[in-house]
Amino acid sequence: MNPASVNQGRRRALALGGFSLAFVWLGAGKAQAFIAARRQGGDPAAAAADGNPPFAPNAFIRIDAAGPVRLVMPNVEMGQGIYTGTCAMLAEELGVGMDQIKVEHAPPNEELYGIPLLGGQVTGGSTSTRDHWGVLREAGAVARTMLVSAAASRWGVDPSSCTVQRGAVIHQKSGRKLSYGELAQAAGALPIPAKVELKQPKEFALIGKPLRRVDSPDKVTGATQFGIDAKVPGMKIATVRACPTRGGKLIAVDETRARAIPGFVGLIKIDDAVAVVGDHFWAAKQGLEALDITWDPGANAELSTAQITEAMAERSRNGPTIVGRKAGSKPADGKTIEALYQLPMLAHAPMEPLNTTVWVTADKCEIWVGTQVPVRCVSAAAKLTGLPESKIILHNHYLGGGFGRRLEHDSVDQAVKFAMQVKYPLKIIWTREEDIKHDVVRPMYYDRISAVLGSDGRPVWYGDHITSGTVLARWLPEGMSKEGLDDDVVECAAETPYDIANCNVDWVRHDMPAGLDVGWWRGVGPTHNLFVVESFMDELAHATGKDPVAYRRSLLAKSPRALAVLDLAAEKIGWGQGALPARVGRGVALGSPFGSHVCLIVETEVTPQGEVRLRRAVAGIDCGIAINTSSIEAQVQGGLLFGLSAALYNAITLKNGAVEQSNFHDYRNLRMNETPAVEVYRVESSESPGGLGEVGTAIAAPALGNAIFAATGVRLRSLPIDRRRLA
Amino acid sequence: MYVLSVNGEKHSVDVPADMPLLWVLRDVIGLMGTKFGCGIAQCGACTVQLDGQAVRSCVLPVSAVGEKSVVTIEGVGATPSGQKIQKAWLEVDVVQCGYCQSGQIMSAAALLASVPNPTDDEINAAMSGNICRCGTYVRIKAAIKQAATGKAEILQTIAAGTS
Repeated sequence: MNPASVNQGRRRALALGGFSLAFVWLGAGKAQAFIAARRQGGDPAAAAADGNPPFAPNAFIRIDAAGPVRLVMPNVEMGQGIYTGTCAMLAEELGVGMDQIKVEHAPPNEELYGIPLLGGQVTGGSTSTRDHWGVLREAGAVARTMLVSAAASRWGVDPSSCTVQRGAVIHQKSGRKLSYGELAQAAGALPIPAKVELKQPKEFALIGKPLRRVDSPDKVTGATQFGIDAKVPGMKIATVRACPTRGGKLIAVDETRARAIPGFVGLIKIDDAVAVVGDHFWAAKQGLEALDITWDPGANAELSTAQITEAMAERSRNGPTIVGRKAGSKPADGKTIEALYQLPMLAHAPMEPLNTTVWVTADKCEIWVGTQVPVRCVSAAAKLTGLPESKIILHNHYLGGGFGRRLEHDSVDQAVKFAMQVKYPLKIIWTREEDIKHDVVRPMYYDRISAVLGSDGRPVWYGDHITSGTVLARWLPEGMSKEGLDDDVVECAAETPYDIANCNVDWVRHDMPAGLDVGWWRGVGPTHNLFVVESFMDELAHATGKDPVAYRRSLLAKSPRALAVLDLAAEKIGWGQGALPARVGRGVALGSPFGSHVCLIVETEVTPQGEVRLRRAVAGIDCGIAINTSSIEAQVQGGLLFGLSAALYNAITLKNGAVEQSNFHDYRNLRMNETPAVEVYRVESSESPGGLGEVGTAIAAPALGNAIFAATGVRLRSLPIDRRRLA
Repeated sequence: MYVLSVNGEKHSVDVPADMPLLWVLRDVIGLMGTKFGCGIAQCGACTVQLDGQAVRSCVLPVSAVGEKSVVTIEGVGATPSGQKIQKAWLEVDVVQCGYCQSGQIMSAAALLASVPNPTDDEINAAMSGNICRCGTYVRIKAAIKQAATGKAEILQTIAAGTS
C-alpha cells in the first residue's frame, strides 16, 4: 500500500531494526514520540483512562502495583495473530512471560498508535509486524531498563549486575528480587533513558518460537467480546436495508404492516436506507421484511457486470496508459505469447456481519465497533454529528474477520446517521444479505499480458497492460503518484523475482460508476497480479516444453530467497517424482509479496464432471525473522484456503445495478470436506520480518489454476474457476 | 411465555413463537457466545446443542425447543466432550478471528459425544456445516483427533524446513 505519507526518518529507523543493532539510541522526532509518548505524569486524563498505572513509560506498557502487566495493542486483532506477536515482541524485551500479560485494545490515537507505512492508525496491508518490529522491542527495552534502574538504586548495586525474569528484577549475588509491580512506583519517577540495549537473537526466549495465541482462551469459551456483542444499558437493536441498486435513493416507505410485529420499536430513514428498530434483532428483522419500500434506483438502474466488462475491454484498447515500470523496449524479433486474464469483483464476507452500536447525546457520541480504522471512524462521526473529535468516544473490539472490509467505515457512518435520530443507544446489525449486497468490493481486473521469448525459451521482455478501478484514489488520494499511478494495481507485476531484463507494465485507470466503490481485499494488488503473472509463467513454461518448476528456477539467479522457497516446496511435495493418477495435476506458483517470499504447490483432481477436488497444498515460506512460528503456519494455511475459496467459487455480479449474490449459498466458502491437506515449510532467515496475513491468499489462485491445467490441459484465464470448461 | 433450560438453568422468556433460539439467547437471555453469521443455517456460527444434538439456532423457532435441554458455548465446558474439545482447541491453537469457533466447538463436541473416535469422513460429515472464513479447518480436524485420542496431532511442519 501507499508509502506516500510516511515519516521518512522513522522508516529509516525501522530499516535498521534488524539483528545487527544491539543498542538503540532513542532519537528525536517521531521515533521519540512513539517510544516516550505519554510519560508518567504527563497526561492526567489519559492516565485516568488507563486506570492510573504507576508505571506507563510509553504507549504500549502499563504496570500496576499488582496484577498482570497490561499491554496496549497498536493494531487490531482480526484473526491474523497480531496480538500474540505484539505481546511476544514487547514481552521479550520487557522480561515477562506470555502468561503474565493482559492485552488491551488501543484507543483511537494516531500519534501513539499510527503505522508509518500506512500513514495512520490502520491495520492492513500486512504491515503490522514489519512496521512495529523495531518500535515494540525498543518500548519493551525502555521499560525494562527503567525497572532495573529502580531496583538497582533501591539495593545500591550496579544495574548491570541485575537480571530480569518473569516480571521481576533479580540481583543474583545477594539473592534479592523485586517484582515489576513492587518497582512500578519508583520506575515511574525515573527519566526515560537515552539509550537501551536490545537482546541478541540467541537470547530470545519468545521470538521465533511456536507461541500459543493470547486470545485463544476467551475465544474457545465464547467470552471474547466482538463489536456485535456490545451491551449498553437501554440499547435497542436495529437492522437496515439500503437501496439494493447501488447509488439509488429512498423515495417512500410504509411501515403499517411492520407496526404489528411484536417488539417493533420504530422506523428510521436516511436518504439511501431504512432501519427498523426492535426490542431484539428478530423484531427488527421481521419489521424490515414487512416494510413496503419505494426506491429511486438512480443512474445505475440498468447496470450489469457485462456492461462494466465491455467498458473495461474498450478502455484497455483505447484508454490512456500510466507507466508502472518500463525497462528497455520490446524486441522486434522472437516468439511472442499473449493472453487475456480477467478477475471478478469479490465480497469480503467476514464471519461477523457488519455492526455498530452508537449512542448520540447532546454533548457526545459513543461508538462500540470492531474496526481496522478507529481514527477514521472518529473523524467521520465528528463530521456527521458536528461534535468535536474529543467528544467521540470509540471503543474498539475484537474483529470477527476483516479481510479489508473493516478498513472502510461506511457502516459506521450509516449507523451514526441513524443513531442521531433516536435518544437511546442503537445497535445496528447488518444481515448477511446486506453484507454481501453492500460490500465495498474488490475491483475487477482486465489484463493483457505478453512476453517475447529468446531462442533459449526464456523471456527477454514482458508486458502487462492492466485495466482496473483504483482503491487508493478514494481511500488515500495523497498516496497516488504525481503521474496518477496507484502502486497497488501493479504490485507484484512491476517487480517480479525473475531475471527478465526488459518490461513494460502499465495501467489504464477505469473508474467504476458512482455508487460502486471498490476496496482493499485480503492480498490486495498481489492477489490480482500473482494470478496473472504466475498463470502466465506457467503458460510460457508449457509453450517452450519446459517443466514449470525448472523454468522458474532458471530465471531466479538474482533472487536467492525466492529460489529457496521454490526448491523447498518442490522438494517437500516430491515434484517430478512418481506418476500421478489420471486427471490429477500439480501446479506451482511463486511470488514475493509484502516483503516475504512464498511458493505454493497445489495438487488437485478434476473429475470428468468438472468438479475440482483439492488433494494437497504444500507451501514454502520465507518471511524473514520469525516472531511466532505457529502463527506463520496458521496464516499461510488459512490465507491460502481463503484464496482457494475465492478462486473456486466467488464472484460478485450486478444485474440492474444490484448485487445478485446474497448469502453463503450463492457466495460459497470452502468447507472442511473440500479442504486439502496443507503443509507449510519455512526457510529460516535473519532478514527483517515480512508480512504474513495476506501471502497465502495472494499465491493461492495461480497454483490452483496451474494444477487444473496440469490435470486437464485446460487453461483458465478468468476467475472463479468455470467448471463447465473442465467437464 | 416459554421456559427454556439453558446450560442447566431455567429461563422464562416472553417472546414470539417464531423467534429463533439464537436471538432469544443473545438478545433476551444475554448469552452472547452464540454467534449470528448468516441467518439461514448455511454457516453454523449459531450452533448450539439440543439434547446433545448440534442444531443451527438461527432457524430454530423457540417454540420448537420444548423441554429439551439447550447447551451453548458458555456451558459446553461442563460436558465431558466439550471439555476435551476446548482443551484440544487450546493445545492445537485452532482459533484465528474466533467468531465461528463457538459454533465449531459445539459441532465438534456433539460429534465426540456420539462418536468417541471419529474417522476423517465422520469429522467431515459433522463439521462441513460450519464455515470458517479464516480457514482454520486443518487445525480443527487435528484438534478433534487430539481430543478423541489424547495423542498430540502434529500434522504440520512449523519448524524450519531443510532447503
